[in-house]
Amino acid sequence: MEQATPIISFKGVNKVYNNGTVGLKDISFDIPRGQFLVVVGLSGAGKSTLLRTINRMHEITSGEITVEDEAIGDYKGKALRLLRRKIGMIFQGFNLINRSSVEKNVLSGRVSYYATWKTILGLFSKADKEKAVHALERVNLVEKLYTRADELSGGQQQRVAIARTLMQDPKIILADEPVASLDPLTTKTVMDTLKRLNQEDGITVIVNLHSVALAREYADRIIGLRAGQLVYDQPIAKVTVDDLDQIYQAEGEKA
Amino acid sequence: MSTPTIPRRSWTQRYHVKGIGWTVLLLVLLVASAQMTGVNVGMFFSNLGQFTNLLVRMSNPAWDYTAVIIQPLLETIQMAILGTTIGAAFAIPFAVLSASNLIHNRWLRGLTRLFLDLVRTLPDLLLAAIFVAIFGIGSTAGVITLAIFSFGMVSKLFYEVIETIDMGPLEALESVGATKITIIWYAVLPQILNQFVSYFLYTLEINVRASTVLGYLGAGGIGVFLQRSLNEFNYNQTAVIILATLVVVLVIDGVSNHLRRVLL
Repeated sequence: MEQATPIISFKGVNKVYNNGTVGLKDISFDIPRGQFLVVVGLSGAGKSTLLRTINRMHEITSGEITVEDEAIGDYKGKALRLLRRKIGMIFQGFNLINRSSVEKNVLSGRVSYYATWKTILGLFSKADKEKAVHALERVNLVEKLYTRADELSGGQQQRVAIARTLMQDPKIILADEPVASLDPLTTKTVMDTLKRLNQEDGITVIVNLHSVALAREYADRIIGLRAGQLVYDQPIAKVTVDDLDQIYQAEGEKA
Repeated sequence: MSTPTIPRRSWTQRYHVKGIGWTVLLLVLLVASAQMTGVNVGMFFSNLGQFTNLLVRMSNPAWDYTAVIIQPLLETIQMAILGTTIGAAFAIPFAVLSASNLIHNRWLRGLTRLFLDLVRTLPDLLLAAIFVAIFGIGSTAGVITLAIFSFGMVSKLFYEVIETIDMGPLEALESVGATKITIIWYAVLPQILNQFVSYFLYTLEINVRASTVLGYLGAGGIGVFLQRSLNEFNYNQTAVIILATLVVVLVIDGVSNHLRRVLL
């Protein structure tokens, strides 16, 4: 596992926001293909920023990020959209289109495979409509196909979001605090789903988490951020509770 | 048990300086503008008699006149529907270009908004006068006037709606690799559609009333008859026209309420 070729690579990445706040500071590390990586750290430590630099939802100030051995920094237009197509993203707030049906939400994950005019007319192929059903099957929500998204519970909405991501045929899934607004039971369902996609499909999964317990339960490897710096990086076998407590503690004392 | 220490409010908070200040300023402005423009409130009350006199003269609606005005009334509604639809259709792209959460280019946004401000500045009566001069007396001039008038109004209402939407779905579609137009279609339109419909119907209602006035300038519809009845001091006919217009407005209002409830 450790020796696999990296699918994502950070090389001396810095991010400074326009107002001068440092988002990321000299981050360098590799993510091997197929890894379940959990990023921990306090709010504001730079976890979300780190995640969003991988699909260029956030720009970096200096350094280089490569995805599948290609530097992504200069991607524009179509190249950028193709990069994003192979990287699925899951959000804390689910980000579904509330007024639309589950089916339309799931199909919206496939739009990057179509010309713009076809997406507007909703001209999805039969195969892709079946794919949508299949994606919902994998998150156990087929019966909600024609339900409006805002009629679902939080946990169900997050699973629809995962199904939407599956439509992209992603090689990487970025999950930004995917369970922060869910109760413990639905949390387990969502995390289990992500783990299953990681193991069954070999999708590289990178998850930001607040909860140390969850991180230890699901991760292959845990990295810790503090004030934009990479302060911790260990495979799960070597992770101890004390280590993780420190990531949080040190920041807490400073504040 | 000790009482918790309550933080002290500053004296400005304690004496509501802000609220009182704004109220005083508003009152001063009100009185000053009344003085400067020479509005005489007393005249309103002393001349109220003329108003009641008019009401009395209108109190005997000439019901047989109804048959005459149905045709022009329908024409008015058709004009309003046409004008509002054309105006609203053109308003959508301009509303998108004016929304600060979709267009980050300040120059493009500023330019679009300036253009919309300009369109809104043109009084509808002036537009009607111009188009009557160009297209001659009739409903063509009316429709174009209403279209431009609705365009200016609706585009502002629309972009203000767009600016209040939840940006989450847009972020999701962007992360999927969707093009800008697809993002707008999938993530923006569903969020704004029912408010669009509601503003569209509101504009339609305004346009029905506006087109009665436009008729004055020869822009077709019921307004022509309104003007005629007033010129001939036929207030009983005026009454019928006003009542009929009221019915139309009520119907549109009812349909609008119903649609909003269904769409929400």
